[in-house]
Amino acid sequence: MSRKNVHLKVDEFKGNIGLIKNLEISIGKIIEEKWEEPMGPTPFPSLTTLRDWDFKLLQRFKPFYLPFCDVCCLCTFGKCDLTGNKRGACGLNMSAQQSRIVLLACCIGAATHIGHARHLVEHLIEEFGRRHPVDVGGVNVEVEAPVTRLVCGIKPETLGDLEAALDYCENQLTHLLSITHTGQEGSNLDFESKVFHAGMIDQVGMEIADLAQISAYGFPKANPEAPLVELGFGAIDIQKPVILCIGHNVPPAIGIVDYLTENGLQGEVEVCGLCCTAHDITRYNPKAKIVGPISWQLRFVRSGVPDVVIVDEQCIRTDILIEAQKVKAPFIATSEKNCQGLEDRTHDSPDKIVEDLVTGKVPGVLILDPEKAGEVAVRVAIEVMPRRGKFKVIPNVENVIEEAKRCRQCDKCRRACPNDLPIPEAMKAAVEGNLEKLNELYDACIGCARCEHACPENIPVHNFIVKAAEKKMKAETFKVRAGRGPIQDVEIRNVGGPIVLGEIPGVVAFVGCANYPKGGKEIAEMVMEFAKRRFIVVTSGCAAMSAGMYKNEEGKTPYEIYSGDFDAGGILNVGSCVSNPHIAGAAIKIASIFAKRKLRANYEEIADYVLNRVGAVGVAWGAMSQKAASIASGFWRLGVPVIVGPHGIKYRRMLLGRADKQEDWYVYDARTGEKVYVGPTPEHLFYAAETKEEAMVMIAKLCMRPNDTTKGRAIKLTHYIDLHKRLYGIMPEDIHLFVRTIADVPVTMKDEIIKILEKKDWKETVIPDPTLLPRLIRKKKE
Amino acid sequence: MAVEPWQTAEIPGPKKALVITKPEVVVAMMKRAQRPVLIVGHKAVEIELGNKKVVDYMIELAEKAKIPIVATAHMINEFLKRNYKPAGFMPAVDIGNRLTDPEWNGLDGKGPYDMALFVGLPYYMEWTILSGLKHFAQNLKTITLDNVYHPNASWSFPNISIKDWIENLKVIIEKIEGGA
Repeated sequence: MSRKNVHLKVDEFKGNIGLIKNLEISIGKIIEEKWEEPMGPTPFPSLTTLRDWDFKLLQRFKPFYLPFCDVCCLCTFGKCDLTGNKRGACGLNMSAQQSRIVLLACCIGAATHIGHARHLVEHLIEEFGRRHPVDVGGVNVEVEAPVTRLVCGIKPETLGDLEAALDYCENQLTHLLSITHTGQEGSNLDFESKVFHAGMIDQVGMEIADLAQISAYGFPKANPEAPLVELGFGAIDIQKPVILCIGHNVPPAIGIVDYLTENGLQGEVEVCGLCCTAHDITRYNPKAKIVGPISWQLRFVRSGVPDVVIVDEQCIRTDILIEAQKVKAPFIATSEKNCQGLEDRTHDSPDKIVEDLVTGKVPGVLILDPEKAGEVAVRVAIEVMPRRGKFKVIPNVENVIEEAKRCRQCDKCRRACPNDLPIPEAMKAAVEGNLEKLNELYDACIGCARCEHACPENIPVHNFIVKAAEKKMKAETFKVRAGRGPIQDVEIRNVGGPIVLGEIPGVVAFVGCANYPKGGKEIAEMVMEFAKRRFIVVTSGCAAMSAGMYKNEEGKTPYEIYSGDFDAGGILNVGSCVSNPHIAGAAIKIASIFAKRKLRANYEEIADYVLNRVGAVGVAWGAMSQKAASIASGFWRLGVPVIVGPHGIKYRRMLLGRADKQEDWYVYDARTGEKVYVGPTPEHLFYAAETKEEAMVMIAKLCMRPNDTTKGRAIKLTHYIDLHKRLYGIMPEDIHLFVRTIADVPVTMKDEIIKILEKKDWKETVIPDPTLLPRLIRKKKE
Repeated sequence: MAVEPWQTAEIPGPKKALVITKPEVVVAMMKRAQRPVLIVGHKAVEIELGNKKVVDYMIELAEKAKIPIVATAHMINEFLKRNYKPAGFMPAVDIGNRLTDPEWNGLDGKGPYDMALFVGLPYYMEWTILSGLKHFAQNLKTITLDNVYHPNASWSFPNISIKDWIENLKVIIEKIEGGA
């Protein structure tokens, strides 16, 4: 597809009709059709185009609402008390209000990615031109934009083409947000359908952002052997000037790397990052380093290591300017979305800005030009480093012990801590000179510093924890594979069959933020467990970093132990938050490339395929943000279940199947049109697990799909039963729901399972060609 | 301590849990219930109460009161290690979801539960599940046996010390003798 804007400009024209000055005519779009696949049924779907599909999902996976607030305060009728599903002044009840808030969260999330994509695409078009080709893997990736092709029915070939998809996303997003206004939608299920829609367009927005940056910046293009990059606090060379980049939108960080290169300063300055910008700098320059997930922000800044803090957008602590000031680190904001109250110096000369920052005349500046921001950051870091002397605010041990004496044991810190960490006990031990308990808190601390704000004595609790764990923190040196981007078409051809037949037991994607209940180590443990079991393990975002923060006895990290191939036993980091659609894209490409289902604007059929055949599960163990909510909802509509950690319950509603309701688990056999019971496969669509152990058992269970062959089902059951026995100490009690024929039963457990089946009055059933869509039924042959 | 939610910001809505001022109240309510169920989360094995853990008290309570236990997360393993077979085990969100269904006839199929006792879930998880039940399971009474105030339960202890918690559980177990 090619989208061209015809633009005619006439400065001055004198003719018989008179004088025309400054005439400009724009003719919208000319579509040049180059894609041979015929248009599918649902190009650029509207709010209700896929409503029937959504309702099919919602019939099976019903919402369980867990209100986080009993009132509504969104209009001046309110506050309205909705307790017990009462209706407010506008007529909305509690169920609909909860789904409305979920929609609001997903609109925020989708807007963030789509806005990010728009800024990025505009910038890259300016820099590289509208005709710069979209190329994310050369001949290895012919299906370059599976989500965009599926949703929009277009095949973007150039950066300019990407704008059509963004126009659509922005249009839909405006409508979606309008639905949360008072007096619009009244049905909770229609709100939920719109949540799915928000998630779907979010996937398009993210895909556009990553396609653009991979194509323009030359990030790894579907490369399983993307370089291993350094990760961890201890990986940062503090002998050098250090520039810390935080956020998600990479152009300013690219500006830094380019300035260093152009001026022969590579190796002179340490460039490191936190959160997704870190992923994306290392995709550009593997010598850049990743400090860690979002929760490392405070500990790293307060340690005094960064000489300059430069931020772009999203997930940045909003008090980071204050924190940078505490350690006398000059601060640069670079995004219109995050100006931090700073003076806009975009049009000033770099010399003047550098001087003002180095002398401390201003604590920070706003520079809305990524190249200029890059130059200023580098020059300031080099000049300011000797002056700062890595000034830090982390106290010494004596200070910790002395200041801990002010602790009143009032418990306010603990009651403010998201993870209920026993801070008062640790403070008591610190008074006695024992910092071990403070050190122990470090692993589960998410770095929010709510403890400090709650403390009536203003004790800098977080600093104490960081000091007590200093040795451990400085020893954090790991590796993570730089984000590889998409999955190659040939990889899909190789594993499509084993996945759909069930012989590769599943694809598990560890994604999302770092709001972990018991630290990031749990992610690494889960990743290792499933890679060892020869699932395909995919990672992205902060979870991809946590997955790397583990070492085996030989000192090797998961990314060094396992390959980066999209194959059984691989651990592959696709990249930053906006790389998540490569995971959805892999599922879509299995349907399209392996199974040869029509891809173009054919959402419902592909989602039906994925739900019934592709054993993929998303795990967002530390999901925190609204973006995580919209990312998850994009997977739900596509038929991929998502598990969140316990904090994820605060998303206010789960989408839970009921294994005990047999009537919910029928599909059509596309061969005959008969309805066939297939068991709860997958049992849930959105689900918060209480512990890592529960999540692991559920991951294995949610990978089962109606289409599994007997061999595949036996393999999947083996993993489910094995994990269940190990972690729960007992055989699962629902095995009979997953056995369709005796051939499904794992050979090694046959006797034991057959006894269970007999007790449960189990009956054999057939393995259908499963679909939820009556239109896909082929007529029974006479 | 005044009756406040344990996590400071988890402030309640207009309908708040009644405060259990003495353990005998729990005993009386358990005895009044026709179909109670006890839901035990994974923290019950992490929290030490003297030389025992919360889970040990719960086994004792369930045996004396003759009430079924649902173990959430991986707690089933901890019960089995203690030679106790709970009536059921399932994820916390699943038991919460089932309890909102007036047609769910319980683990034994004999009818809906009219009382659910909770202990040992992460505070915020129990908070939200109790919220779901407050709003959508209106025929169900909920009691939390934790030592922290849960505003979304029907009845909850206030925030109390470990010592008081132990005393309360001992009294409940002692006085429930003979079945709930």
